[in-house]
Amino acid sequence: MTVDTETAQARTQKLEGLGTKRKRVEDARFTQGKGNYVDDIKLPGMLFGDFVRSPYGHARIKSINKDAALKVPGVKAVLTAADLKPLKLHYMPTLAGDVQAVLADEKVLFQGQEVAFVVAEDRYSAADAVDLVEVEYQELPALVDPTKAMAPGAPELRDDLKGKTSGAHGPRKHHNHIFTWETGDAAATDKALKSAQVVAKEYIVYQRVHPCPLETCGCVASMDKINGHLTVWGTFQAPHAVRTVASLISGIPEHKIRIISPDIGGGFGNKVGVYPGYICSIVASIVTGVPVKWIEDRMENLQATAFARDYHMTGEIAATKDGRITGLRCHVLADHGAFDACADPTKYPAGFFNICTGSYDIPAAHVTVDGVYTNKAPGGVAYRCSFRVTEASYFIERMVDVLARKLNMDPAELRRKNFIRKEQFPYTSALGWEYDSGDYHTALDKALKAVDYPGLRSEQKRNREAFARGETRKLMGIGVSFFTEIVGAGPIKNCDILGLGMFDSCEIRVHPTGSAIARLGTISQGQGHATTFAQILATEIGIPASNITVEEGDTDTAPYGLGTYGSRSTPVAGAATAMAGRKIRAKAQMIAAYLLEVHDDDLEWDIDRFRVKGAPERFKTMAEIAFSAYNKVPPGMEPGLEAVSYYDPPNMTYPFGAYVCVVDVDVDTGITEVRRFYALDDCGTRINPMIIEGQVHGGLTEALAIAMGQEMAYDELGNLKNASLLDFFLPTAVETPAWETDYTTTPSPHHPIGAKGVGESPNVGGVSAFSNAVNDAFAHAGLTHTQMPHDHWRVWKTAERLKLTAAA
Amino acid sequence: MIPASFEYHRPRSVQEALALLATHGDGARVVAGGHSLVPMMKLRMARPDHLVDLQELAELRQIRSETGYLVIGAMTTQHELIGSELLAAKCPILRETSLLIADPQVRYCGTLGGNVANGDPGNDMPAVMMVLAASYRIAGAGGERQVAARDFYRGTFATALQEGEILTEIRIPVLAAGHGYAYEKQKRKVGDYATAAAAVVLSRTGGKCTAASVALTNVADTPLFAADAGAALVGTALDAKAIAQAVRLAQKIARPSPDGRGPADFRTHVAGVMVRRAIERAAGRAA
Repeated sequence: MTVDTETAQARTQKLEGLGTKRKRVEDARFTQGKGNYVDDIKLPGMLFGDFVRSPYGHARIKSINKDAALKVPGVKAVLTAADLKPLKLHYMPTLAGDVQAVLADEKVLFQGQEVAFVVAEDRYSAADAVDLVEVEYQELPALVDPTKAMAPGAPELRDDLKGKTSGAHGPRKHHNHIFTWETGDAAATDKALKSAQVVAKEYIVYQRVHPCPLETCGCVASMDKINGHLTVWGTFQAPHAVRTVASLISGIPEHKIRIISPDIGGGFGNKVGVYPGYICSIVASIVTGVPVKWIEDRMENLQATAFARDYHMTGEIAATKDGRITGLRCHVLADHGAFDACADPTKYPAGFFNICTGSYDIPAAHVTVDGVYTNKAPGGVAYRCSFRVTEASYFIERMVDVLARKLNMDPAELRRKNFIRKEQFPYTSALGWEYDSGDYHTALDKALKAVDYPGLRSEQKRNREAFARGETRKLMGIGVSFFTEIVGAGPIKNCDILGLGMFDSCEIRVHPTGSAIARLGTISQGQGHATTFAQILATEIGIPASNITVEEGDTDTAPYGLGTYGSRSTPVAGAATAMAGRKIRAKAQMIAAYLLEVHDDDLEWDIDRFRVKGAPERFKTMAEIAFSAYNKVPPGMEPGLEAVSYYDPPNMTYPFGAYVCVVDVDVDTGITEVRRFYALDDCGTRINPMIIEGQVHGGLTEALAIAMGQEMAYDELGNLKNASLLDFFLPTAVETPAWETDYTTTPSPHHPIGAKGVGESPNVGGVSAFSNAVNDAFAHAGLTHTQMPHDHWRVWKTAERLKLTAAA
Repeated sequence: MIPASFEYHRPRSVQEALALLATHGDGARVVAGGHSLVPMMKLRMARPDHLVDLQELAELRQIRSETGYLVIGAMTTQHELIGSELLAAKCPILRETSLLIADPQVRYCGTLGGNVANGDPGNDMPAVMMVLAASYRIAGAGGERQVAARDFYRGTFATALQEGEILTEIRIPVLAAGHGYAYEKQKRKVGDYATAAAAVVLSRTGGKCTAASVALTNVADTPLFAADAGAALVGTALDAKAIAQAVRLAQKIARPSPDGRGPADFRTHVAGVMVRRAIERAAGRAA
């Protein structure tokens, strides 16, 4: 018998399991510059692809002349739509049931659209040749405003859809219309609004922004003509889905396609979809018989790959005089750009926007969303949020503030008054979601106490008086936001992409010496899966996290999964990991019982071992059991210790949080300084508090960027005016305030370990906290709502409109 | 973001550099720190056939005191300006301004000469050179000449520098002891050009302003020397009324274009705020 003197506490610590602030195992290579990103991949004979892109927002292509480009030394090929047409590859299906031009066919529909693909021996000759491809265009009037796009006489953008009166999501009511999505009870909502004591109405635009990961998109495609195998390394947030799509498009059998996502430098939704660069690289590799690499530059990333938001929302909220919300109506004009390339679950063309009743018990609600084509880049992806959830959260959190203003009520108090109460969970919202769990009052009360909310309000009162006396030129604003996320897509019964159910998976092999490898269908882009999934498993199977390798991203080795976005990895793949771990433990229990010569039921789990009930000195550690699994298993049992789990979640998870932001707005310069930002997150069971904190910091920084400065600014001709990081606002450490983080813990009742996901919460809750704070700074002067981004000039213009500015 | 091909030269002396420029004519461009020219080349907005890199020219990389002047070699980096104790004591506005240029990585490479010679109205140092009454020493095939900073700028990327010439030195007349100074810059983020910025240098004796100069960054196609604004301060007690007048006169010459930093009226307004704040801060510093 093994002599074991370690205390239970020491054994638990050794595992570095759930709840441990374990250091990220990924960081050793990243901090030393030893990551392996797609651009680090170099294969013998590899060629480089580069795009000729449209300088216009909308134009007819009259001719393309490749002659001069083909004469550049080192240039191997120039592909155009004409070359792809015979292969039926000039259009590709999008994840939203539309098609997108791989290379522009007769017309270009947005600035930066792919027109021709040059393949050359090196990047320099490719770039030289791009300059020499002569494209003759006839400019057409561009549409950059979704309202104008829906006007009766608006130019028709999509020639390929001419005459089609219905699309993937039902009838089209205009030639630039994509779909109408409606949910909720129209009649009941109408009644609530008509009979309401108070109704507040507001037009709220969530501007077009871009996820802008530090690593841009790219791939290396390698077709082996001998065995017919295609391997593609690329920046893919969903490698298995890419494999299936690639097979469907190309006709190459799926078993002959291998998709590998190496290290990915941030995704934020930008790397979910399929881009023309991937298709062109694959075609070029098939044509040339050698590997072809395509890496986009920053301007291309901003101009042509998936944007986010661009939701133009009209809201009406009804309430009683004393602040009880009775109804909510919202209409959205959703600008999807030139092609509908959203990456939402099939049944949800507007994502989970119907979470827009937020954290409130609203009896009646009705939402309609109209998707519209414009001459802007396609996308509409879930940028650090579950599908369209940040739009929904921004909408309701602004609407509640607008209502508070109208009722002359404190916005925090109005929220408290309308929260879904703890005892109402599981709670079914008026728009149909079943919220699994929550304790909103506790979270908000903790937040308000932490920041001394009454103290802040009295300070604000004094500040306004001092401003009126001319003693200061700064106005203090306090923004409160309380968000409920809906993440973890999702249950196969209502979530699929291209017919693929949105389950996820984990496969575990425990080695004879008591270490293990776990492979998952997800792919980390910085989330630290190799660290956290090992922690889940350490607690489940009693093997130290440091002895567990987590591997993702290679479709030849990883089990099928739908990838990483929408905060789905922990809710879905994390659950699969726990479930697979439990299968391992169940088998281990039988082996231990056999070794200890007792019945299975006589054993109990103890951190890293099974011990005999009532005789704790008799036990077998997981390491011992693992070894026995390979040489001494009960008669009739298969040797080995492996398990796989495909997890179809019974429900979504609903993380929530209470954020408070305090700003000082300089009315002379329009500069808003974030004095304080307090973020309380409830993501259920906390796997690694350090990683959670890092996720919150990152998400808040992106929320700051969106609220305070990000906007993809198009002019009337469809030119993107800020396609570089000089003009597109990406805050640095200097612009980023210090974040205060806090938490409550309300475990998900249906998730195996009670975890809910957190990566996206801070973006979902953060944007409205900043925006509410800026709006609040001007509330006393009569401001109800001002549109984002709250950059210097817009804030100054607001102050000017409210007659608060003075001569310089 | 891939530049067109070019020949790279790294001369060992100013004479050698001038000879290269003479040989290759308008196909050649001088590169100093490379933080303006190289991005332009990557965007293929600049396509020199020959790039003449001055980084080996140690003779252009020094900061020294001469009778009546501070002399700074054109290849002195912003990082070196920040670290210079001589400049900190004699001309502290240079450190203050350098610290507002981009970030440390850029400042390790970016040079004073490149910043003032490039003719980009977004660069910060030209306005500072105007208030300091600096002049630029220029070497050419025909010998040397000097041009005052206030006369140097003609338009966006257009300066008094002619083909085949190299700006070698910046000469700053010694400043009055106890002068007040300030550089105020509003920007959206680190690394951004100014929405508007203002440089002010002034002196004060017995409560009266005895000398003042004001210049503006990035509110026109060149840096602007606001002579009237400076003159409006001289002889005053730098009181609110005088400052308001100087602000108005400075704003009068601003001609900003609308861009991502804001519409023209906002940028003119900010120029005024920067001028007011710079004067107030400079006044507070003046002995």
